[in-house]
Amino acid sequence: MLGVSLDQYGFLVQGAFWTVVLSLMGFVGGTIVGLPVALARISRGWFLCRLSSVYVQFVQGIPLPVIMFVVYFGVSIYGFDVNALVAAAIAMTLYSSAYLGEIWKGCIQAVPKTQWEAGECLALTNLQRFIYVILPQALRIAVPPTVGFLVQIVKNTSYSVVIGFFDLTYSAKILNNATFKPFVIFTAAALIYFAICFPLSRYARRFELRLHRRNA
Amino acid sequence: MDYVFDFSFLESFRSEIINGVRLTVMLTVVSILPGFALGTACAVGRLYGPRWLQTAVTIYVEAIRNTPLIIQVFWLFFGLTVLGARIGPFNAAVIALVINTGAYSAEIMRAGFQAIPKGQLEAANCLAMTRRQIFWNIQLPQAAELVYPALVSQFILMMLATSIMSQISVEELTGVGYQVQSITFRGFDVYLVIAVLYLALATMLRLCLHGAAQLAFTRLRKLRTPL
Repeated sequence: MLGVSLDQYGFLVQGAFWTVVLSLMGFVGGTIVGLPVALARISRGWFLCRLSSVYVQFVQGIPLPVIMFVVYFGVSIYGFDVNALVAAAIAMTLYSSAYLGEIWKGCIQAVPKTQWEAGECLALTNLQRFIYVILPQALRIAVPPTVGFLVQIVKNTSYSVVIGFFDLTYSAKILNNATFKPFVIFTAAALIYFAICFPLSRYARRFELRLHRRNA
Repeated sequence: MDYVFDFSFLESFRSEIINGVRLTVMLTVVSILPGFALGTACAVGRLYGPRWLQTAVTIYVEAIRNTPLIIQVFWLFFGLTVLGARIGPFNAAVIALVINTGAYSAEIMRAGFQAIPKGQLEAANCLAMTRRQIFWNIQLPQAAELVYPALVSQFILMMLATSIMSQISVEELTGVGYQVQSITFRGFDVYLVIAVLYLALATMLRLCLHGAAQLAFTRLRKLRTPL
């Protein structure tokens, strides 16, 4: 098809599979690290608050490719033989945890203050108040921006090409070098990315509209 | 762990690193204004344009926002080469950044235009201002001021995104880092320095954009209040 064989399209799909794998790893890792970051961001302790804010600002001020390089070269000086997937997954975890932490901090703060006060009136402990009153409400607010950020994660896995991780972008690059049909190959790659990201964007928007309607 | 840092490359590769910083700054500065202008035009087209223009802008915005920048860059750079147009990597990078930033700022500016209180437009109509006067004197300044924080974040993300341009042989800061590490084999040390430089650049860009806001938005300067 269009001067590119079916096998070669299969090669793109293979790359797409690893893009999805890396995205999932980035999201899961980002959740595990991002949740404590969000909690630290709203904590009343000066040190935790400061520390997490510095962390977020650092990660958000450094381009993802550079984070990838730092992790890639950084892990190897500990004497581990790094595989590009591990380095890319760690970098994606760092990256998404900072953004998710910031997003979720906003969601927790978006729960009206009266809810905290009401919880206090019911003599709930701090932990109970957070788990039974605030968290369920914050979760609902958090769905649209989190799904929206998934799009960013999927797109940004493409930066792992700098450390030679075999993902969709990398496979497209190799195919282009082999066939030199850039329009066909990069359009196909773009379509695959679009097919992954667009439904997520739509979901995010629909969730958001539903949330607004419920609050209105 | 007995890792010894060695930052001697800072001395021997100083001019390369400075050139890298300069190129990163150039890419950013050259792309911001056209990107913002394109985005504003698209926002206006999507809100007030004829039906076909609205559809076209929507397709453009969704296509750009749902595909990675690096694929867009490759598509443009290698694609144009096949077509026989040799525009050079730097130009290709700038075009890609402008197109990319245009799509994102279109969405931001659209939100801005929609957030302007109706009373402002009614008041402008009462003063018998023309459509054009209303746009330039009422809508554009207010929309830009309303969404300015979002725009600043977007421009900083764009600056960080220039780091991918070394993939098409624009030797900006990240590309220089790669060269230096392939000569010195001090990958970790080199990229730590690069990371610090990007942090400094991001902070500086933020300060500059906030300064620009003080100059551009007279109301903000006089009243010292957010809109």
